[in-house]
Amino acid sequence: MSIPRLRPGVRLHHDRVRNRDVLLAPERVVELDETARAILARIDGITTLTAIATALAAEYDGDPAEIESDARTLVGDLALKGYVNL
Amino acid sequence: MTDLAPVGLLAELTHRCPLACPYCSNPLELTRSHQELDAATWAQVFREAANLGVLQLHLSGGEPASRRDLEEIVAAARAADLYVNLITSGIGLTEARLGALARAGLDHVQLSVQDTDAATSDQIGHYAGFQRKMDVARWTQAFGLPLTLNAPLHRANVHHARAFIDMALAMKAGRIELAHVQYYGWALANRASLMPTRAQLDDTIAVVDTARADLAGRLVIDFVLPDYYAGAPKPCMGGWGREVIVVAPNGDVMPCHAARSLPGVVFENVRDTSLATIWNESAAFNLYRGTAWMKEPCVGCPKAEIDWGGCRCQALALAGDAAAADPVCDLSPVHGRLAALAEAESLAPPPAYRFRTFA
Repeated sequence: MSIPRLRPGVRLHHDRVRNRDVLLAPERVVELDETARAILARIDGITTLTAIATALAAEYDGDPAEIESDARTLVGDLALKGYVNL
Repeated sequence: MTDLAPVGLLAELTHRCPLACPYCSNPLELTRSHQELDAATWAQVFREAANLGVLQLHLSGGEPASRRDLEEIVAAARAADLYVNLITSGIGLTEARLGALARAGLDHVQLSVQDTDAATSDQIGHYAGFQRKMDVARWTQAFGLPLTLNAPLHRANVHHARAFIDMALAMKAGRIELAHVQYYGWALANRASLMPTRAQLDDTIAVVDTARADLAGRLVIDFVLPDYYAGAPKPCMGGWGREVIVVAPNGDVMPCHAARSLPGVVFENVRDTSLATIWNESAAFNLYRGTAWMKEPCVGCPKAEIDWGGCRCQALALAGDAAAADPVCDLSPVHGRLAALAEAESLAPPPAYRFRTFA
């Protein structure tokens, strides 16, 4: 069961001047689209990726398997770039 | 006026520093401590910066820990909702102080180490600080503070690029900056002692490529070239007046920390004028903003809005005109001289360092 968590020094932030959500990290600002924001907002160091996908599928009335696959791709990419630990 | 919004604020809290590195990026003319902004004024600057769109704050200097009120300054920055990055040599920090900074909301620590070898590190910094730096790295882990190891590379330590990466791993740092020294300020004065050979540069590029592949997801590796050997200029500061605001210890506001080397440019001060007015309307911020100021070969260049003409200070220092193309660009008429200069200096015996002094 993979439980993603944000790495130390990485936090979700609402950029009120540009009205967008971003990840703030050492020397990096990552702009997030709505999907990425929805996933990252549920990363709390306790919830598994599967449970996050299930919750999103219920909220947005989507296919849980498809959403989990998308979430794995996104979180895997963020992990390679050093923003998330899996 | 501009519709641009800055992302970063570099706050130079002081020019005081116990170290005397020969590549110090501070100007040759240093601000005295009685001219420094107080913590309440910095707090006001942070609020104004956040309202302008700044997301990330870099507390720098000199050595920011030379300020006794650093804890208060960090707390004010977090209260303004900024991401707070401390750029430090480690000297002036104790375990208790670092704990207080962590509790004040510090987001991230960038710790500079001058070499992986203790004796050489202390020789380059002109200060016996290596052991304290190792202590600071350990304390960051104890307080859960994320760490970047800053490794300024030059002729005397460039062969230790891989050793620096191993040091970062041993420190459990999440990131390393392997940054070849940039030749402004004191570094320009010491260029002949600091410039690596092209072969040394090629070695570090190979080290970085291999380590990036091996350590993806474990260690973020940021690498900065010595641009004398490059063919395309860097978009200095992300372009003049586009992304970053620098506030000097005395409150002067600049588009770049080296901009004071440009003669005739007047910098306005946060004690007199709001940050928004300075960013939007000041002559200094509009001087090289955009592309209207450009000359040949920058005018109409397809990369004009990628590199924004490169670095103005380097154009002045090496081409004699701050509005010329950065000589790093291979379209600059003086570009050929640059690599030749670097190669000649790097192959000659190095002169003794001229250490940065603050007397």
